[in-house]
Amino acid sequence: MSTDLQHRPAARPDKRPRAPQAPWRSNIGLKIAMAVSGILLVLFLIVHMAGNLHVFEGRESMNDYAHGLRTLGEPLLPHESILWVLRIGLIAAAAVHIWSAVVLTRRALAARPVRYASKKPAKGESRHAVATMRWGAVVVFFFVIWHLLDLTWRTVNPVKDVPDAYGAVVATFSPERWPVTVFYLLALAALYFHLRHGIWSAVQTIAGPNTKWRKRTQATGLAVALIVVLGFAIVPLSVTFGLVN
Amino acid sequence: MKLSLRIWRQSDAQAEGKMVSYEIDEVSEDASFLEMLDVLNERLIGEGEDPVAFDHDCREGICGACSLVIDGQPHGPQAATTTCQLHMRKFKDGDSIDIEPWRAGAFPVIKDLVVDRSAFDRIIQAGGYISAPTGTAPDAHAVPIPKQDADAAFSAAACIGCGACVAACPNGSGMLFMGAKVTHLSLMPQGQPERATRVLGMVAAHDEAGFGGCTNTGECAAACPKEIGLDVIGKLNRDFRKAAIRAA
Repeated sequence: MSTDLQHRPAARPDKRPRAPQAPWRSNIGLKIAMAVSGILLVLFLIVHMAGNLHVFEGRESMNDYAHGLRTLGEPLLPHESILWVLRIGLIAAAAVHIWSAVVLTRRALAARPVRYASKKPAKGESRHAVATMRWGAVVVFFFVIWHLLDLTWRTVNPVKDVPDAYGAVVATFSPERWPVTVFYLLALAALYFHLRHGIWSAVQTIAGPNTKWRKRTQATGLAVALIVVLGFAIVPLSVTFGLVN
Repeated sequence: MKLSLRIWRQSDAQAEGKMVSYEIDEVSEDASFLEMLDVLNERLIGEGEDPVAFDHDCREGICGACSLVIDGQPHGPQAATTTCQLHMRKFKDGDSIDIEPWRAGAFPVIKDLVVDRSAFDRIIQAGGYISAPTGTAPDAHAVPIPKQDADAAFSAAACIGCGACVAACPNGSGMLFMGAKVTHLSLMPQGQPERATRVLGMVAAHDEAGFGGCTNTGECAAACPKEIGLDVIGKLNRDFRKAAIRAA
């Protein structure tokens, strides 16, 4: 054919010369950081979801649980000390997770500078992930900000009395504040797709299972995603539809 | 068969390219996809036009030279098939077909549908040598290798380095290719002495070439004409983690 490879231009020189990268800064290194921090965040979500279910035991039980988190380790340790250790760990995990995601996403966009004119639907093992992971992450990020303003700092919650966790939950998901519940459920939908892919993807990145165990990990990720999301969804739905008030 | 083609035309690496439409008549359904392009090129040459440049070599599905993203799918719609082994009977009379080059920052277009895949060679070079005795061939079965390891290594070694995995990946990642190369040697006793330096070197060369990271979407494995699975990426991740921790 007409392609005379002997006269082709030399391979494009790399745009910016870089020092040989440290392994942890490589794509796989950053992905491992994302996987480890992601698993810590999933463990937090499971504990948080289970804790939320105290709402079905009534106002006293829910508020005792919230109080218990603050007084954990007392009188041996100062007030809220354990809680703050957990909070700092959680903030660190979230920071590592978001930072590695931003770096890897920027590299991925640079690695695919030209789009195809002809687009076919994804057909890989995790086809839903292509469209949902990054956008879903942005939805979850904004939800977390709202969630902190609503139920942690109470800035946008009618119940300013911090010890009354039960009252704050009932007030924020009341039927007349239905957009709050809708946003909560939307964020949970994004979280479902994020966990469904993220859990098995983290295991693939850290442990590298064979095909049989990869399929098992995918099934486990799906089950955990469903349990976590349904466990979270049942609380606002119960309040909005008057089962908890 | 009568077909409407839309083909990416780009006169050289620096030029702006665009999709150009061609109508083609009397295509035999027994023709391979590349033969259909040969027929088009004969006509273009006869008309004094520049023929469409595309990569090809063995046309037997084993060399890894042919590429082409056909209707958005690397190597076209048929699973486990290279473009040269794709036949026109897979298409219908009157179909319109889009033909584009591999799209990845690490695979710059040289002309039309031909891309520079030397980034893959740089990854292989960065992997280095294996320590193996030279001289007469060793006796068969002198080095015992478990059957399942031999089979898995052979499956990984089936990679022809065509780059369809990169073309299919939404992140332009070369991890399936690199995973196949790392896996086929790390399962063999001959691959053990340089196992750690090989994976560290290849990963650095992969990132340096501008390939993106893996997000485990599985698009690569779905596009691979040799049906290499995501398990090789898992093995690559594991080998890299162990080597990086030991090197630290």
